[in-house]
Amino acid sequence: MHPNGSAANSLPAVIDRRELGAIFLGGAVGALLRAGLAEAFPAGAADWPWATFLVNIAGAALLGWWFTALPHSSYRRPLLTTGFCGALTTFSTVQVELLEMIDAGRIGLACLYLAVSVAAGLAGVHAATAAARRAEAT
Amino acid sequence: MSLAVWVGVGILGGCGALARFGLTLLVADRLHPHLPLGTLAVNLSGAFLLGFLAGTSVDGDARLLFGAGAIGAYTTFSTWMLETQRIDKAGKRRIAVANVVLGIALGLAAAALGRTLGQQL
Repeated sequence: MHPNGSAANSLPAVIDRRELGAIFLGGAVGALLRAGLAEAFPAGAADWPWATFLVNIAGAALLGWWFTALPHSSYRRPLLTTGFCGALTTFSTVQVELLEMIDAGRIGLACLYLAVSVAAGLAGVHAATAAARRAEAT
Repeated sequence: MSLAVWVGVGILGGCGALARFGLTLLVADRLHPHLPLGTLAVNLSGAFLLGFLAGTSVDGDARLLFGAGAIGAYTTFSTWMLETQRIDKAGKRRIAVANVVLGIALGLAAAALGRTLGQQL
């Protein structure tokens, strides 16, 4: 349940404009960084999509860190988690890349890309969460 | 690539992030107590939309604005991974696996369906 939420079936009673602004700003920067990298390092259907792969793995690790380290009261939290990391990483692009690999007959590449993305994404979240907990404890 | 296009990518990316936040709030935890259906709803609808865009002949600046900008920022890989890891940490390994498998299987189906529809245009 979101802290601003009221009853289960109604919209949040109070919309926090600063929170929305933080999500918008973080989202704009994350999208620009991802789109810029994708333009700078374009990948064909038979290539490993390095730009998408790197933003997704880095974004998952950063989200694990900030989700654990940033206090709920801070506007840096929606700015960097929901805004920046959410927009820096992308699910839809991965699905379309997989379809293009399958079309190009690169089934092995598609399976490997998917498996490595999920494994590295989960490992990144796990490692960053643990590191943030250790940093908090010291 | 003009500066205006990049400003547009930023604005549409911010709007995509806000749309994700809004839909996640609307769907979150309402239909299933364990599966993070808010993120799933965002990612599947976004995979459908990006598949649709890929199926059409739209390219160049429009593809960058709406594909990389709006839809790319709307969907999220990092939250999908974070939620999966947290479910697993809570001892619900089967639900964590289901969250990954459902995301992949339904995501590919949604993108393929969108692309087929986009190609009809």
